[in-house]
Amino acid sequence: MSGTVRFLLDGRVHEIHSPDPTATLLNYLRYDIARTGTKEGCAEGDCGACTVVVGELKGDRVEYKAVNACIIFLPTLDGKELLTVESLKSKSGGLHPVQEALVETHGSQCGFCTPGFVMSLYALYLEGPNPTKDRIEDALAGNLCRCTGYGPIIDAAHRMFELGADELPDMREQVAALEGIKRDDTLYISATSKLTGNEKRYFAPVNVDTLAAVAEQNPDATFLAGGTDVGLWVTKMHKELATVIYLGDVAELKEITETADSVEIGAGVTYTDAMELLAGLYPDFGELIRRIGSTQIRNSGTIGGNIANGSPIGDTPPALIALGAKLVLRKGHEERTIDLEDFFIDYGKQDRAAGEFVAKVIVPKPAADTAFRSYKLSKRFDQDISAVCAAFSIALEGETVKEARFAYGGMAATPKRAANAESALVGKAFTEENVEAAMEAMANDFSPLTDMRASKDYRMLSAQNLLMKAFVELTSDADTRLALRQEMANV
Amino acid sequence: MSNPSLSEIKGAVHKDLRHDSAHKHVAGTAVYIDDVAEPKNMLHMYVAMSEKAHAEITEMDLSAVRAAQGVAVVLTADDIPGHNDVSPFAGDDPLFSTGLVEYIGQPIFAVAANSLEEAIAAAKLAKVSYDEKPHYLNIDEAEAVDLKIEDSQLMAQGEAEKALSASKNRLQGSFYIGGQDHFYLEGQIALATPQEDGDVHVLSSTQHPSEVQHLVAHVLGRPTNAVTIEVRRMGGGFGGKETHPAMFAAMSSLAAVKTQRPVKLRLDRDDDMVMTGKRHDFKYSYDVGYDDDGQITGIEIEMASRCGRSTDLSPAINDRAMFHADNCYFLSDVAIKSHRYKTHTVSNTAFRGFGGPQGMIGIERVIEDVAREIGKDPLDVRMLNLYGEGERDTTPYGMKVEDNVAAEIMETLAETSEYRKRRDEIRAFNANSKYLKKGISITPVKFGISFTTTHLNQAGALVHIYADGSVHLNHGGTEMGQGLFTKVAQVVAEEFQIDVTRVKITATTTAKVPNTSATAASSGSDLNGMAALDAARKIKARLIDFAAEKYSCPKDRITFRNNKVYIENKEMAFNELTQEAYLGRVSMSSTGFYKTPKIKYDRASHKGRPFYYFCYGAAVSEVMIDTLTGENKVLRTDILHEAGRSLNPVIDIGQIEGGFIQGMGWLTTEELVFDDAGRLRTHAPSTYKVPACSDRPDELNIELWNKGRNVEATIHRSKAVGEPPFMLANAVFMALVDAVASVGDYKVPVKMDAPATPEEVLMAVADVKKRA
Ligand SMILES: Cc1cc2nc3c(=O)[nH]c(=O)nc-3n(C[C@H](O)[C@H](O)[C@H](O)COP(=O)(O)OP(=O)(O)OC[C@H]3O[C@@H](n4cnc5c(N)ncnc54)[C@H](O)[C@@H]3O)c2cc1C
Ligand code: FES
Ligand code: FES
Repeated sequence: MSGTVRFLLDGRVHEIHSPDPTATLLNYLRYDIARTGTKEGCAEGDCGACTVVVGELKGDRVEYKAVNACIIFLPTLDGKELLTVESLKSKSGGLHPVQEALVETHGSQCGFCTPGFVMSLYALYLEGPNPTKDRIEDALAGNLCRCTGYGPIIDAAHRMFELGADELPDMREQVAALEGIKRDDTLYISATSKLTGNEKRYFAPVNVDTLAAVAEQNPDATFLAGGTDVGLWVTKMHKELATVIYLGDVAELKEITETADSVEIGAGVTYTDAMELLAGLYPDFGELIRRIGSTQIRNSGTIGGNIANGSPIGDTPPALIALGAKLVLRKGHEERTIDLEDFFIDYGKQDRAAGEFVAKVIVPKPAADTAFRSYKLSKRFDQDISAVCAAFSIALEGETVKEARFAYGGMAATPKRAANAESALVGKAFTEENVEAAMEAMANDFSPLTDMRASKDYRMLSAQNLLMKAFVELTSDADTRLALRQEMANV
Repeated sequence: MSNPSLSEIKGAVHKDLRHDSAHKHVAGTAVYIDDVAEPKNMLHMYVAMSEKAHAEITEMDLSAVRAAQGVAVVLTADDIPGHNDVSPFAGDDPLFSTGLVEYIGQPIFAVAANSLEEAIAAAKLAKVSYDEKPHYLNIDEAEAVDLKIEDSQLMAQGEAEKALSASKNRLQGSFYIGGQDHFYLEGQIALATPQEDGDVHVLSSTQHPSEVQHLVAHVLGRPTNAVTIEVRRMGGGFGGKETHPAMFAAMSSLAAVKTQRPVKLRLDRDDDMVMTGKRHDFKYSYDVGYDDDGQITGIEIEMASRCGRSTDLSPAINDRAMFHADNCYFLSDVAIKSHRYKTHTVSNTAFRGFGGPQGMIGIERVIEDVAREIGKDPLDVRMLNLYGEGERDTTPYGMKVEDNVAAEIMETLAETSEYRKRRDEIRAFNANSKYLKKGISITPVKFGISFTTTHLNQAGALVHIYADGSVHLNHGGTEMGQGLFTKVAQVVAEEFQIDVTRVKITATTTAKVPNTSATAASSGSDLNGMAALDAARKIKARLIDFAAEKYSCPKDRITFRNNKVYIENKEMAFNELTQEAYLGRVSMSSTGFYKTPKIKYDRASHKGRPFYYFCYGAAVSEVMIDTLTGENKVLRTDILHEAGRSLNPVIDIGQIEGGFIQGMGWLTTEELVFDDAGRLRTHAPSTYKVPACSDRPDELNIELWNKGRNVEATIHRSKAVGEPPFMLANAVFMALVDAVASVGDYKVPVKMDAPATPEEVLMAVADVKKRA
């Protein structure tokens, strides 16, 4: 155990001794080491001005991903490589092709968003040439620009590949360097809060048994996964967290295992890492995950965090509940498995004891007679929180609905099934008439709220209509989706 | 211009030239105020805000705040040596509340501490009690109690009432247009450094350094010359950094002078959105008379806006809404009434278009409604109502439209975008598509250029040439990304015929050019370009005089061309001449000045010529809506816009695209929500949704009108471009109205407000279905 955080920066090992465990990477860059190229536009992960790229050792290669420095706690960088806009300067001091392309296409006006775009584009650049339009839009969804209207930036995403594909990091060198700072034991930091003088502690265990032990010994600790919620407690609510247990280094929590009839996703698996697999099983679920936050958020945020936070507007729970997913929780040596549905007890209340953590979620594979659809409604397509999120799993026997699981987010204090609507359909023929009856029955399932995202009337009406939409999609070839995703449309 | 080599310099006018800071933007080396190395000993400031929309503060106990760790000073109204006011002119914007609070977010005190964390933690220790009073938050509530910031205004021509009753057909309608937050990426910030004698130097992210200077001096109780304001660049402004920065500059200056330590005040995004004003939301209603062809024969328009708690710039903003109530259409008999309501919400302020967009979208809605009533293509109704040439050319405020190119632009765009063909295809598509519906619309823009407050139309510049021939350029305009500095540098380079790389662009500072106007009203390059040209010409004339005398050559035989000076048959490099001029004791420094000619306006009667000229443009948008969810998407937009003889086409196109997308956001995803207590619920990008990358139309074609040339003698016959393109987005909203109308087979009027969020669209669809 040592209180020193080590990461690679500009080809050197950067060491920080006993940093404040919840100091953000952005503040560290801007105010401690004067790397002011990275900007703050919101301090809540929503604008992308703070985008940096983080490299992580994955076997014999390094995976580079764009993340939001504003909500990342400094110690979570331990063992990783950090690239900021300043890192792109070539040895001769010239601009990187990504930067050159943005200059050529007039991709900056006020320039404040630009370093963030540079880093998002850089992550895309590392993926290799010829990105599709959808891929570019995904890569940039987490970067807001108020000046340009985005066109020139999209042009730069093409142009950058024409300006030189040789400016890639040398993988072998990076792998060796990262191997050199790899930790095989818990990182433990103890620091004193400058504000209150209280002790602040940080644990980053590297295996699940140590995690279980540390969690049990520190039942009041805050689990930190991707920090896309927890980060905001610090930057927005100015909370002081006394003890933080970081889950991101726990190997077992990042595993995905496939069995004959299910996939088991570790709680620490990021959205990005789960997306492809889930899209393969349930294309709609894949699309739903693609609509969660932005590339940066999906690179940090975890499925476990999305469940554990108990939010009524998290996007994966409705889909997982509709699919009949199970949740595995662990406390000390005890492991238990429950229906995910039962995890959500009430607003702010889940079936989880102190010191207990979510270990994994078990998602059944598609059954032959069962169809799945999911939808997300929000003011903006990308990087927005759902007003309503809906998922439908419908098993048919001939024309008759054998089983129906309709789960909604944004309609109640927890993610919740529409029991009345379900029973109105089960045992009935799958017809427009019966679906309309189920839509009516849904009025008894929910009494949604009005807030800044939507009114209760919209929530109810659109929730009902989404059932109709699923019906139309499952029974006809009528067009029902705005031409959003060319790739999806061509499937 | 007959000599072809004239265009050989780098950065000549009318040529594409990239933004002067582009290479620094991408490298992260362009310095914004928060990037400046923090001076030793610097304090961080945090502003505490009112928790109530309307109340009297009965007790404010700050003893614990003052005693808290790290706190250097706590400021309240009592600490102001000068005037407790940071308003642009009305005198009703206290820096700190003196007891009365009139919106949630109003500053009540501020703390400067060694760290921001300490300042925030200290502020939380305040004990504040309020005696609440009734609050009126929106237009309807203020209207009910007749709470206004000034008297209602009337602008009229002809006899609207009589014409209306004589009209063959008549139609009434109303709708609501939401406000908009600027969402500049760089929030409000000021860094004040104390100077000798109680003076202060302030780095302020502002579009209006002179006003910030005056107000800081005013608050400090010092003459203007005690304060220097400097700004190299802003991370976006859009009008939001016109009046508000004074507040933050004044607070930090006050603390800096009191503590004799530098003080930084940088607002967090949430505080910025809660504390600073936005675009006014409007209620618009009309009563229109028209003939069977759709020609408007009389109209009464009533507009009401939410001004917020103080006057700010609301009178001029609401005036501009009236000025644009006609857009491109001749209204022979018209009465425009405008009500400016005071509400217990943040004081609304300038925002790109300055009220123009709210006024303009109304008449476009009228035209759509009239067209639907008579079953005509709205384009035909638009063409029919356009201003004429030499006739039907007087605006409601009595100014003649003399540069009208709207018809030509509309016709050209309708042609190149295949508007009519696509409209037919869309109708066919809708007939066969049960759930997804498309809509299309083409709308024009005519936008008046000049500050409507006449005296503001002035600008100054300062140009030095050093002996080595390098040029230092300074003017009163500010750079917020719009490329103003680049354009003005091109003007100067062109005049001296030297490469633009030899012209050093420098930070705007009140120490170099005094008494400037805000960089606003799209006037930046018109005014500052002319002022810089004036300065350059003065120096050039001195150089010519010097050369003529030295080489005994007639002045008209001396020309500047492509980095060289030709003195009859003699050729010398530009810097050789400047070196000689220096030795010959010639002053190579000059101020320049400009005031816009021809304009004159009488606000009492709302008559005159408030504008030097108009800008024109048009857009066609095609959209799709999902009638089950209300989700919507812009599929394609074609824009034809005129920027006169553009000073820098690529920069102008950037303004057009950015303006259009910002306008699209205003009308679609950007929704401001206040709760019943008056608390803004959409105060960060998590809840307030400006367009993201994928919201850009799948296809976006933008053309500058190649025949563009300003009929007025503006800087190189160019036109302003900052604001007008914003209103091109009206086409998006009208196309959405068209798509919703398809649900009722284009027979039922559409009740839809802006912004057209999925909710708004779905509810409009449901309403049309009910009435179909
Ligand atoms: C910009 C932005 C956009 C977003 N967009 C979306 C969106 O579109 N859809 C959506 O659903 N959400 C969205 N979110 C919310 C957020 O991303 C999710 O809720 C996310 O899943 C949280 O995961 P995390 O790994 O970041 O969790 P963290 O922030 O690390 O933790 C979240 C909570 O769960 C607890 N926790 C985490 N892991 C475990 C575990 N294994 N066991 C027990 N407790 C645990 C933490 O203690 C904390 O209380 C967004 C957030 C941001 C900042
Ligand atoms: S600062 Fe906005 S996402 Fe980090
Ligand atoms: S260039 Fe100004 S926000 Fe993007």
